[in-house]
Amino acid sequence: MNKQVAIELKGISKHFGSIQANRNVDLTVYRGEILSILGENGSGKTTLMNMIAGIYYPDAGEIFIDGKPVAIQSPKDAFDHKIGMIHQHFKLIDVFNATENIVLGIEDGGKYNLAKAEEAVREITEKYGFEINPQKKIYDMAVSEKQTVEILKVLYRGADILILDEPTAVLTPQEIKKLFNVLRAMRADGKSIIIITHKLNEVMEISDRVAVLRKGEHIGTVETKDTTEQQLTEMMVGRKIVLNIDRTQVENPADRLLVVDLNCTNQEGAKVLDHISFTARSGEILGIAGIAGSGQRELLEAIAGLQPLDSGEIVFIRPKKNLPVSFYHKTLKEVKHLAAEGKFHYEDGTPVDLSGKKNGEIKKLVNDGKILFNEDEVMSLRDKTPLQIRELGVRLSFVPEDRLGMGLVGNMDLIDNMMLRSYRKGNSILVNRKPPETLADQIVKSLEVVTPDLHTPVRKLSGGNVQKVLVGREISSAPKVLMAAYPVRGLDINSSYLIYNLLNKQKEDGTAVIFVGEDLDVLLGLCDRILVLCGGKVSGVVDARSATKEEIGLLMTKSKQTTEQEVSAHE
Amino acid sequence: MNKEEKAVNSEKKQRLQWIHITKRDNITFWQGILIRAIAILAALVLCAIITVIFTGANPISVYATMIKGAFGKGRLLVTIHSLAILLCISLAVTPAFRMRFWNIGAEGQALVGGLATAIVMYNFHDKLPAGALVPLMLVSALLAGAAWGIIPAIFKAQWRTNETLFTLMMNYVAIQLVKYFLKVADKTGSNTVGPSLLGDGIPNLFGVQYLFNIVVVAVLTGLLYIYLRYSKHGYEISVVGESENTARYVGINVKKVIVRTMILSGLLCGLTGFLIVGGAAHTISENSIGGQGFTAIMVSWLGKFNPLYMVLTALLLVFMGRGADEISTIFGLTKSFSDIMTGIILFFIIGCEFFIRYKIHINRRKKEEV
Repeated sequence: MNKQVAIELKGISKHFGSIQANRNVDLTVYRGEILSILGENGSGKTTLMNMIAGIYYPDAGEIFIDGKPVAIQSPKDAFDHKIGMIHQHFKLIDVFNATENIVLGIEDGGKYNLAKAEEAVREITEKYGFEINPQKKIYDMAVSEKQTVEILKVLYRGADILILDEPTAVLTPQEIKKLFNVLRAMRADGKSIIIITHKLNEVMEISDRVAVLRKGEHIGTVETKDTTEQQLTEMMVGRKIVLNIDRTQVENPADRLLVVDLNCTNQEGAKVLDHISFTARSGEILGIAGIAGSGQRELLEAIAGLQPLDSGEIVFIRPKKNLPVSFYHKTLKEVKHLAAEGKFHYEDGTPVDLSGKKNGEIKKLVNDGKILFNEDEVMSLRDKTPLQIRELGVRLSFVPEDRLGMGLVGNMDLIDNMMLRSYRKGNSILVNRKPPETLADQIVKSLEVVTPDLHTPVRKLSGGNVQKVLVGREISSAPKVLMAAYPVRGLDINSSYLIYNLLNKQKEDGTAVIFVGEDLDVLLGLCDRILVLCGGKVSGVVDARSATKEEIGLLMTKSKQTTEQEVSAHE
Repeated sequence: MNKEEKAVNSEKKQRLQWIHITKRDNITFWQGILIRAIAILAALVLCAIITVIFTGANPISVYATMIKGAFGKGRLLVTIHSLAILLCISLAVTPAFRMRFWNIGAEGQALVGGLATAIVMYNFHDKLPAGALVPLMLVSALLAGAAWGIIPAIFKAQWRTNETLFTLMMNYVAIQLVKYFLKVADKTGSNTVGPSLLGDGIPNLFGVQYLFNIVVVAVLTGLLYIYLRYSKHGYEISVVGESENTARYVGINVKKVIVRTMILSGLLCGLTGFLIVGGAAHTISENSIGGQGFTAIMVSWLGKFNPLYMVLTALLLVFMGRGADEISTIFGLTKSFSDIMTGIILFFIIGCEFFIRYKIHINRRKKEEV
């Protein structure tokens, strides 16, 4: 590698309000290398790169390009210095095709010549080995193709320094391989490539050097070949840490939630759930894998009673066989009704006949636990609102993907957020803030939530603490079914492991846990079975103890491939 | 442009960035008070300067005039009553605002309340005793206000129409209805209908004028504070306002909350109309509410939708408004002058919110280098 410096940062600092995002960072990037910027969420990786790309302007410090100090005040300045950044969220115009998006916004004084531009785009794609049709509209593209367009956009503008923010987060294992090949081709061409990431295995695979950030500070830069995942983790976290997720054996699994042939269309008229069937079992973690937007959110929301269905059935099975009926779930009237239908027996096995018995007698029998169910109770959750589900006594907890926009209210304090699930209790028209205060206090203590006090609005807490509050509340009701969507997204390593442990604890307590995840390593390490979604369909259910990442990656794109094959077969 | 030129250029740019605005994270209670106090002080100083320029009076006498105008002899009761009315209509919009339902139709909702009161008074003032007349006035005012509130609420809940436009347009419908009533009630074509046709309305409490209105609003302030802060309904309003998705997630019926809250908002607007027409003015015209339905928006916002803070913001606006009125009267200036003064004052009060939310850094070091 020739050690020609491309860009150098000296003493860069940046703060937002009281938060110091970057503190005195020095960093050097060479030509013809791939540098990983590694750090946990909130360690200041993206902020630092945004300052190179002209999105933010540093409070202090200097940036040198080719040895000269520069002030990069806008993305245009960045392009003038041949720096281009590919952001996590794509900025493309859906109704334009690839080429149109690539040339959009270029003012070179020349005539708008799309044919010529397309030629240039083709040249770049061939040079580095991209796979893209320049005439394809963005709305027809898969996520990986959109990313390719974003990279091409930057290359077309002549960038020599490319910054990619978490480029693999949205890709399948196979697509990641392709991306890495392209990046290697660009490196061979002398370009500098910076990848922001927090995935260690990718760092080891692709980069020449790794710069580690922690809490806004540059901890150090190491040659990839001289380091290990363990060492990098320690640099990232600041101390030793064990990187194994425990997985206990499943004990006495019983069917808890049956999802039968669900179909669902969204407001735009697109089919988002397509004949989905599966069973969640008690004492088991069922993982759900899939490319983002394959129907994960709709599926969980459908079960939680938030998504109207076209057809299908959702059945909750309450384990009641040979267990006593109680007034917790059933009213006196319901008990009489069920008894008349012959649903109960006494301890000695004789059927229960309550006809002719006085209410007082029946109450005593129930309270003494003498009346037992013959079978498990089966109840349909289809077309029930979240409130009706609660009123049925079904303890279904849901940790949604959008924590502050759905699971919690950002501007309310911890106590009021605890109250979301329980404020209706009692007949008073006033709310009782005492029980939620106790609960909030318990959660803060048991899950080590870092907060100034219980009256702090939850939006002021860090991502990990927000998630602890939400998960804490959801498991506080001792759920029978617990659904969690991307529960560790954006969390640091410690908080992530705490969440895994909480899910494992729920599993051991006999809860049916449904875990929607994006990191396949985590899914494979934590879950017992993994259901793979693809385009709203179930493309497979695998045993997490024996499946491989590649296998799941294939299933994640399965239906698309089969349809493509079908099409070619027809031709 | 060659590279050297570019570098020089960019160095210039670097120096140019000497002012820098960042969002404040936390502001202490006292800092907030201080910034607001400075704003009010600055507003008063500017008002005095302008008055001195136009009238030549000394600034101290300008302030004295303001204070006398608001709290002087025989003025105090009127000022408190003005405060009560402004506060009442501000309280009315607050539940809706806490739900992020931008009800800017309080003017119209109060006006139909006043109109309903006037219609009852017009038809029954000489036929019914006060004990029957007043409840009838009240009920019809409440119903009229609620009707004006529920219509945009239902459209919003069912079809997601824009409540701002809808409530605004309803104001004009209310004004036209009043005009129609005036035509019917007063054949002379006058643009107000007064006590001669409407009677005396609500009798004075303990013989003190306006006392009834003041007591009603004082009780209402306390009740609404408790409703918003401690009741289950109030909690639901906050959740719906902060995030409809969260509300759905915990099983709150969002549509029901929207409609219920707007009924409340409309009821209270109707109450304001009842107090203005029945308890104070004993007249009705299209200007009966006098724009207070819009001032209420400001009172509610500046008071952070908290009924107790709103007492202070309403007092401030009433004091400033009445002071400005007094200045233009005493110094023989037109009504527009008091509007200018009120404008200046509001500009400062609202403008200071910027300094409460944002911090401005001035980069002196870079400037010195130049």
